[in-house]
Amino acid sequence: MIPAAVDYVLADSAEAAIAALTEAGDEAKLLAGGQSLVPLMRLRLATPSVLIDIGRLDDLSGISIDGDTVSIGALTTHSALEHSADLAAACPLLAHVAAQVGDPAVRHRGTLGGSLAHADPASDLPAAVLALGGTLVASGPGGSREIAATDFFTGFLESALGPDELLTEVRVPVSTGGWCYQKFNRRAQDWAIVGVVVAEAGAGVALVNMGSTPLRASGVEAAVAGGASAGDAAAVAADGTEPPTDNNADGDYRAHLARVLTERALTAAGA
Amino acid sequence: MTVTETPFTGGIVGKPRLRREDPALLTGEAKFIDDLQIPGALWLACVRSPYAHARITGIDTSAALAIAGVVAVYTGEDLADAWAAPLPCAWPVTDDMKNPAHYPIAQGKANYAGDIVAVVVAESRYAAADGIEGVVVDYEPLEAVVTIEDAETDRLVIHDDCGTNVSYVWELTPEPDAVTAAFAAAEHHITETFVHQRLIPTAMEPRGVAAVPAPHNGDMTLYSSTQIPHVLRVMAALTVGIPEQKLRVIAPSVGGGFGCKLNVYAEEILCIVLAQRHGVPVRWTEGRTEAAGSTVHGRAQRQTIELAADADGKLTAVRATLLADMGAYLQLVAPGVPLLGAFLYHGLYDVPVYSFTCKSVFTNLTPTDAYRGAGRPEATYAIERAMDALAVAVGVGQDEIRSRNFIPTEKFPYDSPAGLIFDSGNYQPTLDRAKELIDWDGRRAEQAERRAAGSTTHLGLGISSYVEMCGLAPSRTLAALNYGAGGWESATVRILPTCKVQVVTGATPHGQGHETCWSMIVADQLGIDPDDVEVLHSDTSISPLGMDTYGSRSLAVGGTAIWMATEQVIDKARAIAAHMLEANADDLEFAGGTFSVRGSPDKEVPLAGVAFGAFTAHDLPDGMEPNLQAQVTFDPSNFVFPFGTHIAVVEVDEATGAVELLDYAAVDDCGNQINPLIVEGQLHGGIVQGIAQALWEDAAYDADGQCRAANLADYLVPSAAECIDMKLDHTVTPSPSNPMGVKGIGEAGTIASTPAVMNAVVDALRPMGITDITMPASPMTVRRAIEAAQGGSA
Ligand SMILES: Cc1cc2nc3c(=O)[nH]c(=O)nc-3n(C[C@H](O)[C@H](O)[C@H](O)COP(=O)(O)OP(=O)(O)OC[C@H]3O[C@@H](n4cnc5c(N)ncnc54)[C@H](O)[C@@H]3O)c2cc1C
Repeated sequence: MIPAAVDYVLADSAEAAIAALTEAGDEAKLLAGGQSLVPLMRLRLATPSVLIDIGRLDDLSGISIDGDTVSIGALTTHSALEHSADLAAACPLLAHVAAQVGDPAVRHRGTLGGSLAHADPASDLPAAVLALGGTLVASGPGGSREIAATDFFTGFLESALGPDELLTEVRVPVSTGGWCYQKFNRRAQDWAIVGVVVAEAGAGVALVNMGSTPLRASGVEAAVAGGASAGDAAAVAADGTEPPTDNNADGDYRAHLARVLTERALTAAGA
Repeated sequence: MTVTETPFTGGIVGKPRLRREDPALLTGEAKFIDDLQIPGALWLACVRSPYAHARITGIDTSAALAIAGVVAVYTGEDLADAWAAPLPCAWPVTDDMKNPAHYPIAQGKANYAGDIVAVVVAESRYAAADGIEGVVVDYEPLEAVVTIEDAETDRLVIHDDCGTNVSYVWELTPEPDAVTAAFAAAEHHITETFVHQRLIPTAMEPRGVAAVPAPHNGDMTLYSSTQIPHVLRVMAALTVGIPEQKLRVIAPSVGGGFGCKLNVYAEEILCIVLAQRHGVPVRWTEGRTEAAGSTVHGRAQRQTIELAADADGKLTAVRATLLADMGAYLQLVAPGVPLLGAFLYHGLYDVPVYSFTCKSVFTNLTPTDAYRGAGRPEATYAIERAMDALAVAVGVGQDEIRSRNFIPTEKFPYDSPAGLIFDSGNYQPTLDRAKELIDWDGRRAEQAERRAAGSTTHLGLGISSYVEMCGLAPSRTLAALNYGAGGWESATVRILPTCKVQVVTGATPHGQGHETCWSMIVADQLGIDPDDVEVLHSDTSISPLGMDTYGSRSLAVGGTAIWMATEQVIDKARAIAAHMLEANADDLEFAGGTFSVRGSPDKEVPLAGVAFGAFTAHDLPDGMEPNLQAQVTFDPSNFVFPFGTHIAVVEVDEATGAVELLDYAAVDDCGNQINPLIVEGQLHGGIVQGIAQALWEDAAYDADGQCRAANLADYLVPSAAECIDMKLDHTVTPSPSNPMGVKGIGEAGTIASTPAVMNAVVDALRPMGITDITMPASPMTVRRAIEAAQGGSA
């Protein structure tokens, strides 16, 4: 529980953070809310040589709605998402999912950008952004680029972000159609054993903890689009997935849960 | 002694009172081990075996020694001469019990993942942590024995010096022929086998130690997050070879123990030895993940229980056989844990004959030892689960089968078939009241409706009626069980010149609220304000005599010592008051803190006047010593036997296997209550801890002996969010075994709740043909049982 020695840089702007990243190379890690990175460092599973603290970049925090698009700064905390009246009106699914992350202490520090960049298949928010068809904005030494959420998660704890890139913003469409998040866990503050996010009455469906990345359940989406019943659409929820095994569940049980929860979520979302 | 009512008349005992301990705890001001500022202390860190079983073929410490801040590294060989004795096991339950040599640092072979193979001493906790990464240990991994069934075969013997994995076999069968005959004649013969998974006690504060040597005279102060500073002092003195009077043990604020700090641990001994060696303080704070492997575990046994009953379901015999996991070594009281349940496998039922056998084995897993309830939760689980099976076999309700078998109230004190004398009991009212609280009939009707409607959310009701033996313990009984110490407790009550009171207790609290309770007892007796009573404890220099806190003993034994000491002080004060009032002591009344002469209301003297008079000693009766003080050591004549009935209502989601607790009622009887608020708190925490065994907690190990639940993300300790409002009530049946008529309540909740919940889960699923679910009843486990019962697959 004692982290290894590490250098610390407090970034005062996004540019400074990117410059520090570029200078330090692979050995550096951005520190946002610290809710994923610090536990790994305490277990010495992560041993960066430099921490670049972006936690005080207030201009990367906030929610704005412009027409059909909700833009959220990467440093916006889960708690801010949970309690935003604007978000509750424009994208209630995202506000609700944020409220299911961990416990209040975690939600007060953890950030949307950190949750996405960490790319944990067991996390709630990545699947929500995936189901909503969101877009991520990354800034690097050469400027900024947009990455579709469907292209962002490339492997277990791996994303399309370059080593010198900073996630600055997350955009999701305004989405008020039928939605549901079925998070199945054993204790309130735990990660999902399996989770199913349904957006826009089944137009977007994503799975939590059913493989090495958050997954879009395109088979389910297609079945819904083709007019299948919730039960029939849910029957294919686990198809093509390779769910992990741990103390709580083996792969077969996870596949079973994915089907059960998808049916419940689709039904609740009015699919 | 006969107590029919409370002896308390002061209006303080029996009323809820907020705990005086809480402001410091709740504001973070309380000082735990890791909060202590100890200038110049070196930090200890332990290199632990990553293998469950491995030969140590070489240790290279050179890289570690080169790390900045690392002062020294020691292996088992380096310190082989440092110990006067191995780590102690104080409970050799049989004369031929096998007890492998167990030293603070393993030599030659590591016997569980977590076994210490070397230690680093460094200038900071960070440098020490870096240091352990620099120690290169060559291991030759060996096959590990990870199940008790495998251990029992001796296919692979762990300890060469034992020659077998079986530590001991202990049997209690007073009338073997009668048992055989009862089973032969039984109309119903129920046989059930249950498994208690391993549990990690998970005190909120992990362990911590600091050994602080005095500069010149060889004195050593050991701070430890322990439940047992007094026992630790004796044991550490013997293990290290330091004269007992040179060792002072202090337990600062201790953040819970649940039995896991009722031990003498390697790190305590190591800190003393290394502080001696380096001449400066040496300290260690346990990490949470480290704790999962290095602090004792609980439960871990397989039990088979057989019931013989007549056609009406009236029990005629109970036979229990256990296979218990001691882990890799015998810790302080581990062998005795099954014995604390050995007398109670017939529960609170009137059974003529009885048989109990326990075989305990070594495995390559973390050592086990006492964990909240220690033996009694296991016993209660077996009998209460089996009683439900008997109810089904006989065709009567779970409530009715219990009512038919409860020990009748008129049989108390009850001579139990295992040889105990149950002090007092009145069981049926607790069942009646619990049924009322939970709306038993209404819930049964709802269950039937759901079943009729083909609902896939199944309702289950589970009863657990229990009796337990606590208030450890009559010293002579402990002798009969081969325990290495007595069960008395000591107290001093001292009235200061200004009539403020100091109480010194040997019952060392670690979160229970002793200070509040003890001050209430004394204040009630003396007719003063509880805030005027100071309670001193947890430091062997302030409270030299004590047997500490475990086994729900503090109030029944330690509290009784305080009550008796206070009575002695009152007697002396009465004699002085009589002298002052020129009256006969027998004519004095003592009430509201004032002595008055019966019939002459104007002749009175307040206790404060007597206290000051006792202090100045200007005018005491001839031959009387100055001051008001008494010291009492109380050795109980019997255990105390709290009891009650808990009922759980659960809902099982057939599709996912998820179990949800819907309602919980508990009616407990711990005799007279000192502070009902503390009773309630003990029950809340205890009940949740027992439910946790039923639904969440599991120190799961893989086939290589690696713990797969070594952190709080994987080891599912419930939080407040998982708890529901419990419906608590109580009855009062005072114990005749102590003058206050009290019984312990620290473990009762945990003892009762596990079978209540599991009986409810099984009750929900019984129509599918399910008769048992392995604990914890995780969603996957429940779902798999449903699939198996339905003959399909997921
Ligand atoms: C007790 C506990 C319970 C939890 N339960 C849940 C749960 O139920 N569900 C859930 O989804 N999550 C859970 N989490 C994780 C939590 O959601 C984290 O907040 C989140 O995963 C990471 O966000 P952060 O801001 O804390 O990131 P950090 O921990 O600071 O960083 C995480 C990673 O992302 C990188 N990073 C951070 N910000 C950026 C950025 N702007 N650009 C590029 N890279 C960046 C960091 O370098 C690091 O690699 C839990 C955490 C804890 C401690």
